[in-house]
This record gives sequence, structure tokens and C-alpha cells, in this order.
Amino acid sequence: MRIEHWLYTLPLRLRSLFRRDRVEQDLDDELNYHMERQIEQYVAQGQSPEQAGRAALRAMDGVTQRKEECRDTRRVHAFDDLAQDIRYGMRVLAKSPGFTSVAVLTLALAIGANAVVFGILNALVLRPLNVPRAESLYGLQRNDAHFGMESYRNYLDFHDRNRSFESLAGYSVTQAGLDTGDNPSRVWVVEATGNYFDVMGLKPHLGRFFHSSDEHGPNSAPYVVLSYAYWHSHFSDDRGVVGRVVRLNKHPFTILGVAPKDYHGTIVFFFPDVFVPLLNTEQVEGYSNLDARNVRWVFQTLGHLKPGVTPAQAITDLNTIGGWLQTQYPKEVGAMSFKLVPPGLYGDYLGRPVKAFVAGLMLLAGLILLAACANLGSLFAARAADRSREVALRLALGASRNRILRTLFTEAVMIALMGGAAGLAGSVVLLRWLSVWQPVARFPINIPVTPDTNVYLAALLLALVSGALFGIVPVRQVLRTNPYQVIKAGPGGAIGRRLSARDLLLVTQITICAVLVTSSMVAVRGLMRSLDAEVGVEPRHAMLVNTILRMAGYSGEAMPGMQRRMIDSMQAIPGVDAVALVTMPPLEMGAPSQMVYKDETTDLRPSNMVADALRYSISPDYFQAARTRLLSGRSVTWHDDQNAPTVAVVNREFARKVFGSTAKAMGSYFRMRGTGRVQVVGIVEDGKYVTLTEDATAAMFLPILQAPSNETWLVIRSNREERQLATAIQANLRKLDAGLPYYMQTWTKELEGALFASRVATVALGIMGMLGAMLAITGIFGMAAYSVSKRLRELGIRMALGARRQEILQAGLGRALKLLAVGSAAGMILGVLSTRVLASIVYEATPRDPLVLAGVIVAMLFLGLLATWIPAQRALSLDPLTLLREE
Amino acid sequence: MSRPTDLVQGTLDLLLLKIVALEPLNGWAISQRLRQVSGDILQVSDGSLYPALHKLEQEGWIAAEWKASENNRRAKFYSLTRLGRRQLEKEAANWTRLSDAITQVVRLEEA
Repeated sequence: MRIEHWLYTLPLRLRSLFRRDRVEQDLDDELNYHMERQIEQYVAQGQSPEQAGRAALRAMDGVTQRKEECRDTRRVHAFDDLAQDIRYGMRVLAKSPGFTSVAVLTLALAIGANAVVFGILNALVLRPLNVPRAESLYGLQRNDAHFGMESYRNYLDFHDRNRSFESLAGYSVTQAGLDTGDNPSRVWVVEATGNYFDVMGLKPHLGRFFHSSDEHGPNSAPYVVLSYAYWHSHFSDDRGVVGRVVRLNKHPFTILGVAPKDYHGTIVFFFPDVFVPLLNTEQVEGYSNLDARNVRWVFQTLGHLKPGVTPAQAITDLNTIGGWLQTQYPKEVGAMSFKLVPPGLYGDYLGRPVKAFVAGLMLLAGLILLAACANLGSLFAARAADRSREVALRLALGASRNRILRTLFTEAVMIALMGGAAGLAGSVVLLRWLSVWQPVARFPINIPVTPDTNVYLAALLLALVSGALFGIVPVRQVLRTNPYQVIKAGPGGAIGRRLSARDLLLVTQITICAVLVTSSMVAVRGLMRSLDAEVGVEPRHAMLVNTILRMAGYSGEAMPGMQRRMIDSMQAIPGVDAVALVTMPPLEMGAPSQMVYKDETTDLRPSNMVADALRYSISPDYFQAARTRLLSGRSVTWHDDQNAPTVAVVNREFARKVFGSTAKAMGSYFRMRGTGRVQVVGIVEDGKYVTLTEDATAAMFLPILQAPSNETWLVIRSNREERQLATAIQANLRKLDAGLPYYMQTWTKELEGALFASRVATVALGIMGMLGAMLAITGIFGMAAYSVSKRLRELGIRMALGARRQEILQAGLGRALKLLAVGSAAGMILGVLSTRVLASIVYEATPRDPLVLAGVIVAMLFLGLLATWIPAQRALSLDPLTLLREE
Repeated sequence: MSRPTDLVQGTLDLLLLKIVALEPLNGWAISQRLRQVSGDILQVSDGSLYPALHKLEQEGWIAAEWKASENNRRAKFYSLTRLGRRQLEKEAANWTRLSDAITQVVRLEEA
């Protein structure tokens, strides 16, 4: 019935809307035909043509009115009115291009900022993983740690014994050297259980995946599945790769297939290159923990819940198995209790900081939008006041208040939509750029924030909501308009002297802007300080080279010799001051730590430890190469080998924590699992090891011969020009072993990558602050310009009566400046309170920094000056004569 | 107002639908037919005829078509649609119910 109804009526409505002239013509024709026939009839009855015409008109009872009644039946009034309002709005907006562009720009900035932040939120938090039925895919997370590491043995038990998941898959992440025939390159490898792709429910882009049926014990499945991106970039989309044999860390692996194009693993922003069966871990990592129940190395365990099973039921199930494992293997397995998490952000480990960061950004962006709305609200209110005569005139001519409000509202929404479209366009560009950005060279980290429908919808919604917000401001004004009085009063009548809604809006807006400016000042200051922060090393004039020797087949006995040769070879480069090896330079992601016990402790259980110290293995010249000051004692030497007593150099915090003081630490012993007693032979200054904002952290440096490591970083200190040095290093590494892939970067650049999270936060804050500042300018400018233009006549009279310049300025701008002062003060106080939160992200972010406070005051004053400059000039350049003549 | 005050509210629609149901007609012819069939009892002014016709058209009950009229001039002819036929049946039934009820009340004998 409804559909049939529309079938008949829709064409009519469309015709009424778009073929208006034709419809009108038809109406005229139809009525004319009737009139003619009527007249003919009257004439036939014996009336004169004039009489007949008049009689026909009478019978029709007013042709124009009848036509209007016919038009009323068309039911397209709302559209007609809207079209009229839009046409009218366009004319009005085109008439004041300055106002329009300021308003659109303001909104574009605010909505753009929000769209970008929402795009990030959408990509990292809201969007489900790119796998079928992502909503029922959960990762396991232990309650005691905020991540999901599990041993392979435990994984197997959970896989076999649980009754809640369709199946559980597990995987670990590592790096390997992939040799496709010519040049070996470094790849990020997902070592996955056989059922991995089946659990994900994926179909290969090419070839096939490996399955559980391919698993026949350790090293039984030398297969590799390429990610689409790796296939695309390293095999140029060659469909013939399936079946080819490549070498992974020198071991032959057969390429089975290519993963789907939009599948990037299960961590949202970590894009692995290849997938291999977990059972072949020994070939890929050089050792195997397949049988070690106490080593938690399976990075993530995940699976789809069976239909009808709730997460709570699954948790109970898992906890039961955990309890069973604990009674079964009390030595290897501690207490276990679980939580199910969406896998994309690896549970709380990454999820918490990412969510906190995005929430913070969202809040700031929201504040900016609010400030923009307040800004536009006051502009609109001012305009409505200026247009009070127009409104009054229209009211007097019979327009309904409703209709006038609708007109004003249409204007607001039009501006909102234009601003929203501009902002969205800008944000799409920015998001696209962000998507291809690789912030950390060493890790395959991408931020896949390509905008989707959600982002577009969010921007549209924000635009409409903000349009409604600032469109609503002048409503009361219009409703109160009394046409008689307004028209009588003439232009420039009735200046509000008391505190108006407009003033409040401006103060609110300036307050918000001052908050943003304050926090961005704090952030920028922190960033500046962090650039020359005391990190305990000197990153300038140093090159880093990361190698993982097993990629070229070195392990066991062959390893130390090769490492020694690398050092010597680098040392031989002219202009190199010092060369050393370290397992991982400070501030690099993922530094391992180890539990340290007092010498007298015999029971080495976790609860008895005195410190959880970061652990580095170094070659003798490390402190020299890194420029870390040795406070007392000696560094490690090449004589500190497997046959010599175990020794360590510790930092000052380690000494304080474990021994009470540096003096007591020298020459004393501590204990660790696996190494027995360790003697402290040297003490170095504290540094920053994980983040710049961390508190003093205990760290120990062990001789690399006593604590060997396959993965190391060469620190090469030289004053030579970077590129020359890099070429020389490259040549020498080639000479040593052309089959060894490596990663080289200047330490400064590497540090930028390592600290990118806090840098990004700082930069984001800085940008938000700038946006805040721009909004403050347009807001104050609008207010000042308006108040000057409103009082031109008064100022003219004052001038004519001999007022001095500062009196004119006082009269014209005093109010705007007062509001600015109030708003800034309030904003600064709020900003100072809120920046406490920043202290955790930004290095040395303290709002009590006099420089920051002074900076904020200067900035707000400067903004005020900038924004009032043009209105002030206008006020001062008044010519009272012309002005008074005009009225 | 040009509303036919002596015409029971809503019955104009019924009359028009019924007339158009018999054969497609133009506005002028409809007005003649109305006068013809009901004599002077149902007075529908020319003024109220066209808004009523347009309303029926916009409801989708009657469809319009431009054709040559009986005196060979272009005129707008209205015909009943499927929707209109259903509406006509409904309104006719309503009318019968209403008039039956009223007739019964009127025929009540005074006790």
C-alpha cells in the first residue's frame, strides 16, 4: 500500500519541485479552460461577453486564491521554504565574505582537528580487526601481567582442554634474515601455530596457508606465507612465487602462499612481513623454547568463542584449566587467572596507553570545537543584533518568527556544513599521510588510519551539531524582537551595557583557548628540554648498527669471534674514535630486565628480589663510545670471559637500591638466577633507559663474553660526516660477511624513533595549542571589531568633543580587553591544574615553570594585541565629520 | 471560504471519485456532471472544485492526462487509479454505513 502510494505520488512531488514552471503553466491552462467554457456557456445563455466574464470570475470565487489552494495541495512547502532559505542564506553570506570566511575557516580547523582525532580513535580502538567475525575473536590476557605471553606447553594445554573456543591459535614475533637468492634482508616474522589462519577464518590471496595437518613435531614444517605487502614489494606481485624455496636464517623454507591484501596480523599497527609455523622456531630463532613450560614466549593466544558461550563462561573455563596446570606443574606455573581482551591492541598492555592518549586528544579536540562554537555563537549573536532591523522589517511584513529563525538556522547550518566539508577534506589528506607514515624505522609500525564512512559520518554529525549549537545562540534575541520599537529606534540604537550572553561566550572561549595555549606551552617547553636532556649517553656523532648474527648462520662459538671482528673492522675506519657493542642502546624499545637478589639471599624467588634491573651486555669500550661517565672502578674487559669470575658495572641507582650507596657497592656481590654471584667492578652515572619521563631506574652492564647475545648494536662514535661514515661502515660489513643483513641509523635519528610516542603527544599538544590560539584571535577580533563598529557614532562624538586617543581606545576596546584578561586568567589557572596530567607524557612538564607562565601571559597579550589591532586602527582613524554627517 | 457548507464534510471526495470512476473527465465536465446528477441540492462552487481535484491527484487517487476535449481543445482529464478505486470503495462503504445509521435514527418512531 505505502509503496504503491509513493509510486503514484513521488513523480508528482518531484514534478512540483523541479518542473515548477511547467506545473504552474498547467494550473493556469486548466483554470483558463474552465473559465472559457463557463464564459461560453453564459454567452450561450444570452449574457454579454463582459457580463459572462465577470459571472465566471464570481463563480470561481477568486482565481488567485484558488490557485494558491491548489498549490497548497502539493505538499512540497518544506522543500520550497528550504530552497528559499538556502538561496537567501547564500545571498546573505556572499554579501559578507569576511564574516563567512572567518566562520568557515574557524569551523574547518575545529572540525578538521576532530575528524583527524576521530579517525585515529576509529582506526585504533573502534574498528574491528580485518578478519571475519571479528566481534567474537578474543585474546587471552593474564590478570597478573597486563599482557598475554604464555609458554608453548601451556598454550597446548589451553588449546586441548578448553571447551569455550572454537579453537585457540598462538603466535610469537621475531626478526629473521630472509634470503631470496640475491641479497638477504631483514623481515619481521610471525611464528604461528598451524591452525593460525584457520582460526582467523582467512582465505589466501594466492597459493595456500599452512594448517595443523602440516605440523609433525619440531622443524617439521619449513613453510612460509608472505604478507601481501611483502609479496608486492619484494616479489613484484609475481604469482609464480608459490613453491619457491627461500632461506630464512640460512634454513630452506618453501613459500606456500600469500595472505589476503588487507590482513596485517592481529595487532592493529604492527604489520609483519611473513608467517612461518611456530614449530620451526629453532630454525628461526636459533634456539627452541617449545618444551620450556616456564618460559612465556608465545606472544598472543587468541580464538573465536563458540556460538552461545559468553566471555564470562570462557574465563571460568580458562581459570579452571589454569588451576589444574598449577597443581600439575607447581614448579613452572604460577597462579593463573585470565581476562578476555580484543586482540587488536594486545589487551591492556598497549590498549591502556593508546586509549588514554586518544581519549586525551579527543578531549582537547572537543574543547577546540567547543571554543569554535562559542566563537561562532558570539559572531552570530552580533550579526543577529546587526540584522535586528531586517528581522523587524520581516516580522512587520508578516513573516512568522518561526520562519525567521529557520532562515537564521539555515545560515548557521550552511556555514557548519561548509566548514565541515573543508575540515574533512583537510583531515582526509592528513589521515592519508598518517597511514603511510612509518614513525619507527626499525619496526613495521603503521597507523592504518585511512578514513572510512565512520569518519565521514562523524564529521557530518559534528558539523550539524556545532551548526545547531551556534545557530541557537541568537534565538532568544529574535524571539524578543519587537518590530515597532526596533524600527523606531533606528540604526545603532540600544547598546547593551550589562553583561550579555555574548560576553560570557567570549570569556568561555578565551578560557578554553588559554587552557590549550598553556598546555601546549608546557608541552613545547618539555620537548625543548628533552632535546638536551641528560640521558646518560651522547647520541650526537654516533652511528648505530644492529645485527642479529643468526640471520647469517652464526651461533654458539662462532658468535663472539664474529662480534670481535666487527668491532675491529669498524675501529679500522679512519676518523672513528670508539666502537663498542651493546645488546640494546638505552631508550630503545624492549630492553630486557632481570631480577637481582642480595648476596646473602639463597632462595631466589621473585618475592625476595631487591631490584628488577635493566640488563645490558656490553663490550669493553661501550661507556667510551656511548659517552657514559664512569664514576668509579673500571669498565668490563675482554678478559672478563666465561673462565673469569662474573662481574658487572652498575649504575648509581642500582648501587643505591641494592647496596645502599655507591661506596658500599664497589667490589660487593649480588646474585641473579643462572649467573650465581656477580661482583660490582664499576659504577656509572644514571641515565634514561625506557622513557624520558621515567624515575631513576636500576641498570647493570654485563661483559658480553659472560652474557653473550646474538642480537647486538654497534655504537660507532666518529666526527666524520654521516654519509661518508655510513658508506665506510657498509663497505666493511660487506667485506666481513656479505650475507649478514643489518640495520644502520644515526643515534640521533634512532632516538627520535624510539621516543616517537612522547614526541607525537607533544606535537599533538602543540598543534592543539596553536589551533586554540588561532581561535582566540578570531574570537577577540570579532568581538572587538563588533564593539567598535557598534559604537562608531558614540566614538565620533567623543572625538569631536576632544577626547584623546587613549580615551577613544578605552571606550572602544576596554570591554574586549577586560574580557580577555578575565578569560586568560581563568584559562591559565585551569591550564596549570590540567598540565599535571601532562607530566606523565612530556619530559619535565611542570606548569610552575616561570618561563611557561610568562610565555602564556605574553602569548595571550600578543594574541589580544593582534586581534584588537585592526579594530583599534579603525577607531583611531575615525573622522567625526563624515561619521556624524552620515547619520 | 469556498467550502460547500451544506455538503457533508468529506463527501466531496466521494462524489468526485465516483464521477471520475464512470469515465475520465476534465474539470469543466466534472462540474457540469456534478450539477447534472445532483441537481441543485449539492452545491459545489467552481472555486472549491479544483483544490479538491488537486488534492485527490496529490493523494494518488486520480491521475491527470492532457487530452483533446469534446470541443477539440487541450484539457486536463482526470481518471481513477487503482489506489483511487480502493479509496472509493472504502468511502462508499463508509457513506452507506453512515447514511444507514442516520436513516435508522431518523425513522425511530416516537413512543
